[in-house]
Amino acid sequence: MGFWPSLGPHAGFIVAAYVATVVVVAGLIAWVTADYEAQRRLLGELEVRGVKRRSQQPPEAA
Amino acid sequence: MALIDLANPTRFLAFIARVLPWLVVATAIAFAIGLYLVWFSPDDYQQGATVKIMFIHVPNAWLSMVVWAVMSVAALGTLVWRHPLADVAAKSAAPLGAAFTFLALLTGSLWGRPMWGTYWVWDARLTSVLVLFLMYLGLIALWRTVEDPARAGRAAAILTLVGAVNLPIIKFSVDWWNTLHQGASVFRMGGSAIDPTILRPLLVMGLAFSLLFLTLHLAAMRNEILRRRVRALWLMQAHAAQGA
Repeated sequence: MGFWPSLGPHAGFIVAAYVATVVVVAGLIAWVTADYEAQRRLLGELEVRGVKRRSQQPPEAA
Repeated sequence: MALIDLANPTRFLAFIARVLPWLVVATAIAFAIGLYLVWFSPDDYQQGATVKIMFIHVPNAWLSMVVWAVMSVAALGTLVWRHPLADVAAKSAAPLGAAFTFLALLTGSLWGRPMWGTYWVWDARLTSVLVLFLMYLGLIALWRTVEDPARAGRAAAILTLVGAVNLPIIKFSVDWWNTLHQGASVFRMGGSAIDPTILRPLLVMGLAFSLLFLTLHLAAMRNEILRRRVRALWLMQAHAAQGA
């Protein structure tokens, strides 16, 4: 076998399975990354408006 | 840091920030080694090169059940111990489990067409995995429908534990009923029936996909904790506006 393995008569099925997996896994990574950025942005906006969690407020205000 | 400290969401976020970069690197290395082994793995004497679909189909099929098992343990944590992160863990795992189950069904279908002559048959294994996929979608819909995360978490936990009945049905469906799907060949009494030249890349790809799940699950849990903080701050702001 050379560097490029021969995928035989069913190459289309093999390639489709791997491409679908790459697309779905890439979609999961993109979703998790975008969601993280969105939540951080929302938290940042709330902090700018002065809304803070009780644990972040000074003791007299808590 | 003691394990019990991780029950605190703030400490858990710090823990995730520390381990996530290492997990990303470990996952990338595992996939690099796995795909290298897959690339140079020999053809099967009966299936030819089509056996290469197995290296992604089987890990996704394993994970489709493992993720539900993880969610079932988390459901116990929600209902019995009321662990603060149990519901977060279950909710974050569901979309990942749905994606792995979808891939198991899709790659299995693409493997079935050249090997069985059909994309789909309504046999016990395929149908029970399709039911698992629909249950994942149902759980995701439930979490999105109920606004209060605590109420949604308890309802989802009950549904998750009821759905766990499907796991042994999937596992033993190939033994209990006539099916086109082959029986267990990796983890079975008497050892694996697969040649080491094909088993090795399969196990490495299984490890790579498991690390991928762990990495994405921790990242999704971090997102869910932040989402609940955003919700709590919005509620605080709304109460303050009402009181003013």
